[in-house]
Amino acid sequence: MSTSTPATPSHGEGDQPQVGTARVKRGMAEQLKGGVIMDVVTPEQAKIAEDAGAVAVMALERVPADIRKDGGVARMSDPDMIDGIINAVSIPVMAKSRIGHFVEAQVLQALGVDYIDESEVLTPADELNHSDKWAFTTPFVCGATNLGEALRRIAEGAAMIRSKGEAGTGNVVEAVRHMRQIRSDIRRLATLDETELFVAAKNLQAPYELVKEVAQLGKLPVVLFSAGGVATPADAALMMQLGAEGVFVGSGIFKSGDPAKRAAAVVKATTFYDDPDVIAKVSRGLGEAMVGINCDTLPEAERYANRGW
Amino acid sequence: MSSSTPVVGVLALQGDVREHAVALAEADALARPVRRPEELADLDGLVIPGGESTTMSNLALAFGLMEPLRARVAEGLPVYGSCAGMIMLADKILDGRDDQQSVGGIDMTVRRNAFGRQNESFESPVDFAGLEGGPLHGVFIRAPWVESVGAGVQVLAELSGGPAAGRVVAVRQGNLLATSFHPELTGDHRVHAYFVDLVRAAAR
Repeated sequence: MSTSTPATPSHGEGDQPQVGTARVKRGMAEQLKGGVIMDVVTPEQAKIAEDAGAVAVMALERVPADIRKDGGVARMSDPDMIDGIINAVSIPVMAKSRIGHFVEAQVLQALGVDYIDESEVLTPADELNHSDKWAFTTPFVCGATNLGEALRRIAEGAAMIRSKGEAGTGNVVEAVRHMRQIRSDIRRLATLDETELFVAAKNLQAPYELVKEVAQLGKLPVVLFSAGGVATPADAALMMQLGAEGVFVGSGIFKSGDPAKRAAAVVKATTFYDDPDVIAKVSRGLGEAMVGINCDTLPEAERYANRGW
Repeated sequence: MSSSTPVVGVLALQGDVREHAVALAEADALARPVRRPEELADLDGLVIPGGESTTMSNLALAFGLMEPLRARVAEGLPVYGSCAGMIMLADKILDGRDDQQSVGGIDMTVRRNAFGRQNESFESPVDFAGLEGGPLHGVFIRAPWVESVGAGVQVLAELSGGPAAGRVVAVRQGNLLATSFHPELTGDHRVHAYFVDLVRAAAR
């Protein structure tokens, strides 16, 4: 196989700067904590998100709700569209590649996006393998439904994890399920003794070294955000109280009645996630929320959370 | 307030608050998150963490923190800002949002995202004036640099290598300290210890 490796992270010597290290990749996500990352499809939406206090935007051609509606194969966005958003805002810009489509990821790196989301929302390109994320200078975020999946992604080089939820539904139930699962898996690990960690690694289908690290830290070695189905300020605060370190909001903002107001409200509720008075105040007069879909009526084939291995 | 264990707030609107709190604890300070104006009272010092400066500025204005922060800085409260925190302490910001406000206090002009986008984020040794034990390990993430400083500002560190050699990345003016880089991500707590010493001296 003659896959050309994209710009290999440099390992300078002495006073020469080193780029693409695990520390600058993971450290970038640390800077996003307590913040909201918003899906945007135009430079105008990106500006609204930045004005509202988003810590980053996710540039894509269609929000997940429209990907669901339109059907067909969902791919990486048009480079012109991503450029337009990069030029419109000063905050970090993320973009999605298909699972296992490392050439889309190479293109996104070449475009200069700040983070790549190897995302189940797009149609997977490889049904066995995810991209080798260590080969990139640009950091990756990946979705997970449980701890084993999160650790497999970290082993492949992901520098940030998000719950998968069920994107494009406006229904937070799956995000809650995945966040609770990941957090309870971590708590369970912390109760095991050294010997039991070997079997835990086997059961989690994850590398022993990472399992041991999580047991010691009591948390993932990378930042954990929530994603998939957040539509209201209270949804965002719920995910924060359940242990998310920040929130992705996809269709929830720009599929609602008053995106600018809702975006600002979600940002405030994420910072004051433990203060019901603030959440109540910002939840007033937001207009229509996105309509939403009941996840249990979704056919199996349309459940994005099942994508990824 | 005991003079032996200073209470240092960490502005907790957004960013790597936890890492600063851990570093402050290692430097023998009592760290306390600050999100409301009333939480600024009874502090001996304050850290403005790394994060997204436009978000922090936006939330500080929305929740009525900007003026109280400026007032505390004017009173001489010791404040340390890393990365976004450096931008918040700058009197002038380049490449910010047009309406971006800072707390200010340090007579300097800071250029936001000066080194480039995330692909240009880097690690590099940093010689920091007044710190013993060799160079710091500088972690620069979409970092700002200091474009120019006024007469009262002491430059504590410049980059010694790479394409941005000579750029100013750490400064101090009176009780205000700012770094382009993130010592809170390295496990080396000398910069926090330096700041906590400054807090102790100011409380005396």
